[in-house]
Parts: sequence; C-alpha cells; structure tokens
Amino acid sequence: MAGAGPSGKSGKDAAWAPLALPLMLPTWAVIGFFLLLPVLLMVVYSFLTKEFRGGVIWEFSLAAYDQFFISRGLFGDEPASIEWTYIGIFWRSLWQAAVATGLCLLIGFPTAWFIATRPPASRSIWLFLVTIPYWVNLLIRTVSLKFLIRDNGPLNEFLMGIGLTSGPLPLVNTNLAVQLGLFYSYLPFMVLPIYAAVERYNFALSEAAADLYASRWRTLREITLPVVKPGIIAGCLLVFIPSLGAFLAPDLLGGAKTFMIGSLIDEQFKGSQGNWPFGAAISVILMSLVLLSLLFYARAQRSQK
Amino acid sequence: MANAIEIIEVIKRFGATTALESLSLSISDNEFFTLLGPSGCGKTTLLRMIAGFEAVSAGEIRLFGQNIANLPPDRRPVNTVFQHYALFPHMSVLDNVGFGLKMKGVDLAKRRARAGQMLEIVHLSAFADRLPAQLSGGQQQRVALARALAPEPRVLLLDEPLSALDLKLRQTMRFELKQLQKDTGITFIFVTHDQEEALTMSDRIAVMSAGRLQQVGTAREIYEAPNNRFVADFIGETNILQVEAQPISQDLTRVTLPGGSTLDLPAPPTASGQHSLSIRPERLSLDPQGSLTARLEHVVYLGTDLHLMARLADGSPLVIRMQNSARTALPNEGEEIRISIEEGAARLLAD
Repeated sequence: MAGAGPSGKSGKDAAWAPLALPLMLPTWAVIGFFLLLPVLLMVVYSFLTKEFRGGVIWEFSLAAYDQFFISRGLFGDEPASIEWTYIGIFWRSLWQAAVATGLCLLIGFPTAWFIATRPPASRSIWLFLVTIPYWVNLLIRTVSLKFLIRDNGPLNEFLMGIGLTSGPLPLVNTNLAVQLGLFYSYLPFMVLPIYAAVERYNFALSEAAADLYASRWRTLREITLPVVKPGIIAGCLLVFIPSLGAFLAPDLLGGAKTFMIGSLIDEQFKGSQGNWPFGAAISVILMSLVLLSLLFYARAQRSQK
Repeated sequence: MANAIEIIEVIKRFGATTALESLSLSISDNEFFTLLGPSGCGKTTLLRMIAGFEAVSAGEIRLFGQNIANLPPDRRPVNTVFQHYALFPHMSVLDNVGFGLKMKGVDLAKRRARAGQMLEIVHLSAFADRLPAQLSGGQQQRVALARALAPEPRVLLLDEPLSALDLKLRQTMRFELKQLQKDTGITFIFVTHDQEEALTMSDRIAVMSAGRLQQVGTAREIYEAPNNRFVADFIGETNILQVEAQPISQDLTRVTLPGGSTLDLPAPPTASGQHSLSIRPERLSLDPQGSLTARLEHVVYLGTDLHLMARLADGSPLVIRMQNSARTALPNEGEEIRISIEEGAARLLAD
C-alpha cells in the first residue's frame, strides 16, 4: 500500500504523528479514484435517462429501477405488477453461486486441511500447485473446460468408451456446467483462507477434546470447525461474491436458460442494444444485496459474542 | 493399596529410534506421582501413552487392572491438563469446564452445576462467562485444571502445567495442586523437568533419563540415596568425587578419598576399583580435624547461604554449602582448608 503510517510503538509513533495525514494521501487518492469514484458514477448513471445507442442523457429518471421491478405488459399499457424476469435471474444467480460455493467448500476444505497438515517444508509446494492454474487467463481456462465437457469432448468420450453411458451426457449449456465453471474459477479463493486458518489451528485442542471423551466426529463439529470458522467464512465470501456477478462462466458454459446477473449487466453495456442506466441499476441492486447481507452477517456475529 | 496405573514392559519406538525401553512402573491409587527428567527423556511420551495420544509399541498399560493400551483417548477415564492448557478459544470458561460432561451425555443443568462447582474450587466463579483469551496465564491454568477434573477422572495427568507461569505463581500453584490432590483423592501423574517442583509436591518420584527409569522413590529417598550418578547429579547439587573402592567385609566398603584419607561405607562388596562418590554440599563443613584437604578458590554469597568453591588435591572441584552467619570465621580465598564429611552423607554410585 502506498501510504500506511509506520508501525512501531509509543515514542516513534508520536514522532511520525504530524506526517500521518500527508502519508495517507496517496492511499486515499488511489481508493478514491479507483473505488469510490466508479461506484459513485454507477449510482449516478442508474438514475439517468438512457441514450438509444448506448450512453446516457443527463436527465433524472427512475426508468431503470422501474424496468427492473415493475411490469406493465409488453406494450406498457397494462396495470403495473411485479416484474419477475429480473428477480428470477437474480434468484438463479444466487442459487448458482451458492452451489458453486458449496462445491468449493466440499473440495476446498479437505484440500486445505491436507496442505496445512503436511510438513512445513512441503506446504509451499502444495500451495504453489493450487495456484498454478491461475497463471492461465480465466477466459482460456473456461473455454478449455467447455472443450473438456462438450458432447464429443474427452470426458464424454471416456464415459462412453468405458460403457458408462450410451450417448454423450449433455453437459454444456446446463446449470451444472456453469456451477462447474464457477467452482473451477474460484476454488483457490476457498482453499487459501481455510488453509491459513487450519495452519494456525492448535491440534492440542483436538487432543484435549478427545481427552474429554469427544469422538472424532464431535471433535470436528464442536471444536475444529468452530475454531477455523473465520477461514471458512472468508473462503465462502471470496467465492460467493464473485460467483454472483460472474459472466464468463455462464456466458461460455451456460445457455439462455442459465442466464445470470453478470451476463445481464454485461449485455446492457454492449452495442446498440445496451441500456447503461439499466445496467447501472442492476449493479447497484446487486451491490446493495451483497452489502446488506454482509452487514447482517457481521451483526449476527457480534450479537453472538 | 490398589494400583491406579500399572505400566508393564512398555516400549515406544518412533521409527528407528526407541523413546522408551521396556519400562515397568506401578502408581498407587490416591498418589501424587511425578515423572521427572530432562527434556527428551521420555516422560512426556509416557504420559501421552497413558492418555492415549501415542500408541504403545509393546507392553500393557493397566488402569485399575484393566488394560487400556489399545483404547482411544476418548474411551479412557483419565483426563489431562495440557502444558499450554489447550482451552477451547470459542467457548466460555463455564462451557470449557463442562465440555467433558457434555461429551459424556450429562444434561445441561447438571453439567452447569458441576462446572460451576469446579470453578468455585479453583476460585474462578466470577469468570464463568469470559472467554479464555480474556484470562491471565494463571487463570487459564486453573480453568484447564477444573476442566480436566470436572468429569471425575480415575487418574489426572498433568503435562508440565506450571512451566508457563512466572515463579511466584508457580510456587502458589504447587501448594494448590497438592491440596487439590488431597481433597479430591484422585491419582495425579505429574510430568516436570523442574526438580524443585517434583520434590515439593510428590508422594513418589520417578527419575527418567534416555528412555529409562533411573530411580523411583520418595523425594527423600531420591535426594538422600540416589541410585546412580545421573540421579545424584540431576536432583539438587552434589559433589562427585572419583574414589578407589575396596570391599573390606560383607557389607562394608573402604573408599580412598583424593588426598589419601579413607572412609568406610556400608556398600555392597561388589563395589571395587574406581567409583563415583556423591556428597551433597550441605553435608560438608569446615573442620580443622576434617578428613579432606582442599584449596579454597572462591566464596559465593547467596544471602542465606554461602557456597565455598574449593579444589581437591587431585584437581576435582568441591562445593561446600554453609549457612551465612556473622559468627562464622571465613578462611581467605587461596587458603588451604580442611573439610569433614557428615556421617552417612557419602554415597557410592553406580555409573
């Protein structure tokens, strides 16, 4: 980071104190320009009027939100009712992201556990292996996955070859394909935080639990999982949030029926079909949803303590 | 008295190295028993085998007659106080103490009551709702103790529980532990490398070194009558002199001290030739008629005590401890001194 103050104690801190503000400036400038400004722009755009060939007209309008939530029929002359199309897409996206997160957790937790319990010297090698796929561009990896699972791809040929299926399994353009794609894209984001938590886990706690008559299963449930929970939650958030807004995997691996928020937003900014205020509005709604759920989660955590 | 624990020819190997060599030991019910030895002597391994965290390579461990060597730790009615306490960080003090009872299926009301009672015994009732991280080291230590005692184990294992505390606290905890053992009547097996801890608390002590039992006995036996050179050296301070031994009758051995004077000791006649002789520094005194002659090199002032560092004619060092008193006329450093050995204080050692 550009401008965090010095970390030291007492005397040194006092000497640096007058410099704290100027030293923080670069950080604030970066955050402001690359984070706050774009988000602000998005919020503002969502309240503007759309220009038909993309872009906006600087005139206040609620049309974008109206389009999202309210249906007035095909020609706009029917009584207003709730528009289910986009809520449906949101719901499907939530579901897809949740399944992908679940898959990541299912595979990521044992993986992280395995790595964290290796001898220290070999841990970094295992971690390195986990991150290797990330040296390849996400687009290329997703396309490769499509090649692997398509009707006459290696997976189906193998399954038919060993006689497990008579015809190719239709995998491409299904929910499953999208879930697999998301799972594949974000698995390390699950593994790494859980690894960090398990690596810090004091295995004497498991011994203490066993000593106090807890079976292996109860030790896992009552002691190990609660203690490494922050790592699991961090992993789930790191997978769930980008999965929710992902558009590469759904675009490439899914079909029309697996349309997700990410693709919907993506479409609003493409070519003459686009609708910038509507795209911005969807983004604002998505972001509010995520922030609200994080807020509720944080509050629940605090009240628990 | 029934034996709480019987260890029968237990062997522990880690790969090619042998951590414990065919060790047998009996610990009585209601005993405060200490495993004492330097790090790496196998004392913690032995404790962990009793708890069930390490498998035995061979042999039996009997708990009140029943062989438990092949039971997993959660099926052994023994509980452990861990060296760094291993308190569950996400649970309140009360829940920590009640955990063993919960796992045993005791219902909530009963285990709350019992845990509360245990906290009272260790003077922590006011801290029941705190998390372990909000307690001091000494308080955490007591929670660990209460947690291990709450399920009423047949035997309590303590793995250097005091080593992380500061000196003052350690000394108070010694008495509290001893008192707790008396009050509960539970057999305590205590592991430590601190001989002072062992001497002050234990009914009996097993001194271990290099995976073997060196000596088992009361504090007094081990201090006054060490079996071998290791025990004499490890427990307290001692002077080891190289002497020439010569059996003179059925149960008397004559040893020739450096400088030529002789001493007759009740020792088995097998002892002959070169031997080590142990004499505690406090059993030596300045005496013009003394049998040993040495040159005083240095006087160390320790407040209540004085240590006289001397050197014998054969070059071996000798420490004499005496009480600090204004009446004592001290010889000057560099002077020749004569030293007498208290009756029965010298002991021939097996090497």
